[in-house]
Amino acid sequence: MKEVFEIYEKMERNNILLSFKGEVTSDLLTSILQIMENKMADLQEEPKMKKKVYNVLVECLQNLYHHMDEVPDAREQKLKSAIFMIGKLDSLYTIFTGNYILNENITGLKGRLDKVNSLNKEELKHYYKEVLNNGEMSLKGGGGLGMIDIARKTGEKIEYNFLEINDKISFFTLNIKVTTQN
Amino acid sequence: MDNYKIEGSPKTPSITFDLGTGVLEIKGRSIPENSIEFYKPLVDSLDKYSSSSKPATTVNVQLEYFNTSSSKCILDVFKKLESIHKGGSAVTINWHYEEDDEDMLEAGEDYQAIINVPFKMVMVNE
Repeated sequence: MKEVFEIYEKMERNNILLSFKGEVTSDLLTSILQIMENKMADLQEEPKMKKKVYNVLVECLQNLYHHMDEVPDAREQKLKSAIFMIGKLDSLYTIFTGNYILNENITGLKGRLDKVNSLNKEELKHYYKEVLNNGEMSLKGGGGLGMIDIARKTGEKIEYNFLEINDKISFFTLNIKVTTQN
Repeated sequence: MDNYKIEGSPKTPSITFDLGTGVLEIKGRSIPENSIEFYKPLVDSLDKYSSSSKPATTVNVQLEYFNTSSSKCILDVFKKLESIHKGGSAVTINWHYEEDDEDMLEAGEDYQAIINVPFKMVMVNE
């Protein structure tokens, strides 16, 4: 029972507004987005901030929905589960996401993130248009636009980490900051 | 040929396409997980319209939010409009954005840079 309090305290310290762990479905995302919209209205967030946070949140959550890899859990059952948390401290919103990824997919993803992080505002705009117009339509959605869009809208570098679990899978975490300062 | 009309939902915009007047309106939010499925009927209906298009076609886009999954589909819609424009119907795209929404204005400018159709950026007061 002490564990529950520890989790609570940890969340309190990080000013977590909302957190979720489990399977990410389309209906869940609809509900989460609705809750966050209401919360930001309650907090009387300025429209500009509200839009930015909402947009970035959509991309982060849909990234999870589309891209998290199915990995076998301890009982060898297929697991398609993720965690996300949304925190707020003064005028800074932070979105954390975590999901399993197959090790074989790390190189590609890391390459895309590093490329996005290496570009400045103007280069991101150019790169976005290039990918938008490359004629490749991913079945999963934006065909690689998600991370570029997040970087453009936040004006921040994307913080990420891969934690190796074993020789097959790792846990991938993202830390996205949204402020209106940029 | 029937007019094209879809009601909006929390994740998808309302779309009306009046074939008699050549006015297409896309309004609301476009954040579905599967945008291809959502936009395909509109692209098909533009395809049909292109063979009997009006002398002028007006497109009003007024989106509050759209995700990157929608952005490629919206580009597809605009590419159809570009070919309708080349085919002889004068197309104008009115891209609406709210006063403080620089991201939405920039998104409109991105499309304007890619698509060879007259764009008008229309500021909406909240």
